[in-house]
Amino acid sequence: MAYYPHTSEEIEEMLSSLGYESIEELFEDIPKEARFNDESLLNEGTSELEVSKLMKELSEKNKTVDDYICFMGGGAYDRYIPSTVDHVISRPEFYTAYTPYQPEVSQGTLQHIYEYQTMICRLTGMDVANASMYDGASALAEAVIMAMNVSRKNKIVVPKSLNPYWLRVVKTYLLGSDAEFVMVEEKNGEIDYCDLEDKIDDDVAAVLTQYPNSFGIVENLKEIKDKFTSKKTMFVVMADPIALGLLKKPGDLGADIVVGEGQQLGIPLSFGGPYLGYFAFRKKYVRKSPGRIIGKTEDKEGKRGFVMTYQTREQHIRREKATSNICTNQGLMTVAASVYMSTLGKQGLREVAEQSYKKAHYLFNELTRIDGIKKAYPDKPFFDEFVIEVNTDLNKLKYKMKKEGYLPGIILKHQYPEKDNQLLIAVTEKRTKEEMDSFVSKIKTILKG
Amino acid sequence: MAREGLMYTDSDEWVQKKDNNILRVGITDHAQSELGDIVYVDLPEIGEEYDKGDDVNEIESVKAVAEVKAPVSGKIVAINDQLEDDPALLNEEPFDNGWIFEIEMTDPDQLENLMDLEEYESKLEE
Amino acid sequence: MTELIFELTSPGRKAYTLPDCDVDVDYDDKIKDFIDEEPVNLPEVSEQDLMRHYVELSTLNFHVDKGMYPLGSCTMKYNPKINEDIARLDGFSDIHPYSADEDIQGLLEMLFDFEKDLKILTGMDKFTFQPAAGAHGELTGIKIFRKYFDNKGEDRDKIIVPDSAHGTNPATASMGGFEVITIKSNDKGCVDLDALRDAMDETVAGLYLTNPNTLGIFEEDILEIAKIVHDEGGLLYYDGANLNATMGISRPGDMGFDIVHLNLHKTFSAPHGGGGPGSGPIGVKDFLTQYLPVPVVKKDDNGNKYKLDYSLENTIGKIHGFFGNVGVVVKAYAYTKLLGLKGLKKVSEMACLNANYLKDNLKKDYYLKFNRLCKHEFVLSGKNQKAENSVKTLDIAKRMLDFGVHPPTVYFPQIVDEALMIEPTETESKQSLDNFIRIMKKIASEAKNNPETVKKAPHTTPVKRLNEAKAMRNPDLKYENE
Repeated sequence: MAYYPHTSEEIEEMLSSLGYESIEELFEDIPKEARFNDESLLNEGTSELEVSKLMKELSEKNKTVDDYICFMGGGAYDRYIPSTVDHVISRPEFYTAYTPYQPEVSQGTLQHIYEYQTMICRLTGMDVANASMYDGASALAEAVIMAMNVSRKNKIVVPKSLNPYWLRVVKTYLLGSDAEFVMVEEKNGEIDYCDLEDKIDDDVAAVLTQYPNSFGIVENLKEIKDKFTSKKTMFVVMADPIALGLLKKPGDLGADIVVGEGQQLGIPLSFGGPYLGYFAFRKKYVRKSPGRIIGKTEDKEGKRGFVMTYQTREQHIRREKATSNICTNQGLMTVAASVYMSTLGKQGLREVAEQSYKKAHYLFNELTRIDGIKKAYPDKPFFDEFVIEVNTDLNKLKYKMKKEGYLPGIILKHQYPEKDNQLLIAVTEKRTKEEMDSFVSKIKTILKG
Repeated sequence: MAREGLMYTDSDEWVQKKDNNILRVGITDHAQSELGDIVYVDLPEIGEEYDKGDDVNEIESVKAVAEVKAPVSGKIVAINDQLEDDPALLNEEPFDNGWIFEIEMTDPDQLENLMDLEEYESKLEE
Repeated sequence: MTELIFELTSPGRKAYTLPDCDVDVDYDDKIKDFIDEEPVNLPEVSEQDLMRHYVELSTLNFHVDKGMYPLGSCTMKYNPKINEDIARLDGFSDIHPYSADEDIQGLLEMLFDFEKDLKILTGMDKFTFQPAAGAHGELTGIKIFRKYFDNKGEDRDKIIVPDSAHGTNPATASMGGFEVITIKSNDKGCVDLDALRDAMDETVAGLYLTNPNTLGIFEEDILEIAKIVHDEGGLLYYDGANLNATMGISRPGDMGFDIVHLNLHKTFSAPHGGGGPGSGPIGVKDFLTQYLPVPVVKKDDNGNKYKLDYSLENTIGKIHGFFGNVGVVVKAYAYTKLLGLKGLKKVSEMACLNANYLKDNLKKDYYLKFNRLCKHEFVLSGKNQKAENSVKTLDIAKRMLDFGVHPPTVYFPQIVDEALMIEPTETESKQSLDNFIRIMKKIASEAKNNPETVKKAPHTTPVKRLNEAKAMRNPDLKYENE
């Protein structure tokens, strides 16, 4: 199968119009020593039908969240995606367009991003949002870089209750910089305020906080912000966008930059990507911010239109002095997110958040009634993800539960070696009481067994 | 294009001599027209010192960034903060209300390196 | 003017349904203080209004399925439809990223097999699919540079980039904490060897290069370039934006590159999505394998199970929260299976044929600074039109919109005045290329005889030229009317 349309006659005709006899002559400027000559290594193509079959077979070797009942989260969640989302993002007008460099013929993409920016600002309580980063973790990393540039300081304060995998991405992004990471201890599942007080001083560029944190607990942003000693220190909050459907906005609680993983906004799990890093901040920092930004303007006849703006921050203009090297972002995923947020709307997002909260608390209550299971962090507020401590070998439990058809959650020891027997469980609006009840009874049976 | 009575740099700044070793600096009409619509001026701080040729501040148009260089060594003694709200002044009146900063020079001999109108115009023609 | 979705809002209108909540739980006291009384002010529209809104927006876009999109260095080739269907198979789209290895054998097998093909195609030894875009691959590369030299105890703080390089190259070098040294191109449009020799010493970590370069010219001295860099202990990074020119013909690994990134959303037909998502896997030579981000895909010791391996000794860590844009990789893999590596070689041949055909037919009408054999793209200049009739390249670009083709990349590379950087790709037919030639010639003639028509273009687009200065002087970055 091929997608080059020329017939051999056309190829000949074109070549001869150029004064060539063979295709090889088009490559005579490549030195012999740099040529690839081992044709035998090049495999043959195949038909669409065969590729379809091959891919279907490969896909069927994978087990999905439809094969299991999924209680696994940790940053990626099994949520219902309304039908509208895929219908819109399947339109070639959106998915086969490039970055909107020619605004006159890109108003669809540009106006959409302006609307997306507006929705993200309303969700987070911030002034400006960009047109996306690669994912939540890279958005967090870019937020740290931005905070260092704004504050001209280099100390980054990170609570242990922030997802260690994402922190690892941040640290990789900062390799070669003068960033100094200072960890704050965790106490009963949330940031240890005394330790925070000890670690904060006037040299801190940013304090990072995950909201809710990596144990599902809702951190008290206001109290954290109150510990800041310097006005220059930036408060970077990484927020779960569905939780923001219920909880107070980080922007109202003192955040300067709010980022997050947008997968839950209508994007399939796809083994971790493509997802969506959303990125929002206060207006006064716009010139130090990374990524594309769309602004409203008018055409020469006074008609409303949208353009890429603040482009002088970006790599294609400012090169080595750019605020980031990002070029390609997650454009189409912002369409998915906008359609998701518009489909759910004001009431729908609240309802998804509410159902997730209620179902999670139902399951939490039922599970923690079982002998051998206890609350890992009692008396802390959580949203739709929580940690239980199970008096058993979690690997065995997980293995058995998978056999019964459940993805029972994430074993925290992988991320926190000091945490034994702790299981992180996520509950979305998709789960039913029936599913949860049988989940509980299966675990009960296994623990007894 | 350019104006009599001013001095010019290689990098398209104009320089006007005022009293007491103070020079007023802006960018030429040629420079502003090359940049296009100017949308942002990042002004220096009063009291900061620069060597001749240092980047003093940045001017941004929609799709370009230009650096304004110190025509001589010295200390910034005034800035035109009108440009913060109205950067278009640089396009509209580059030689008048579009001035950028005033610098108190430490070495008046450096003035000899600047061009006069005739020299600047012939440079532009190249 | 298309209304904003917020302007369509009517309080109480809904486009969603959810099952009734089947558990009886109330908010507990612990959470109460954290709850926002007022729900987020999102649009409230019906499903039909929503669909009409997005369909209307979509009609305002130019896209590959509508017409030729010859953006230089962007490789806007046709996106086969089968890719889209495959990426949507449940077995790919519904996998949780924390799934156990035994639950993702098909996916790992695909990544393993794709890696095999990419190794043959590039001459590299090991790949990671974690980077989500070309610039993200570059970033991964620069971190490997950094860690490699740190481990060797060498204090190298500079990166060389040619003046024709993509802006991402110098921006990436800065993000790696390196100082950027820009070297000028020679009169043939290639890396100036003397300038490179002068710049290259034991304080330089390496060179970022694309080959063919952004002028579409193959760096004939590539082997000597590699030798100069390697002799001083530096590394060579290959920006894969232009790989569409040389697949199966010349491999970066054989040219002497130590790290390469590929743009699966360019060369391997995954669509651009109005700006993304992309996928920018990087491949390295053996001696850098241990520096790759974790995990990488491996076959287990008995050779029949695939697994994710986190044990790389000098790994730079992780560059993506999970494993990169796997959903995009699926599309590129399907494309590679359809064409085979043989077909990819043909892709490069046809891409170069098309570019040379356009160049040859347009060089009389537009100034061609580097008049020589090109690869998959070439750069014209509108400087004669500007000098003779004050018609700028921007005007020419805007006029093209009136004829239903997308303009090329303009004003890049910066070493050509009034640049028009044209990359037709292999998927355009001869008719389509001839049509493009006709349009470009017509605009050249209009620039002479009727310059106002060009200067005032576009005339037929949904909006006319937009006031970009206003957008920056009076920034309006979100809809305020709550």
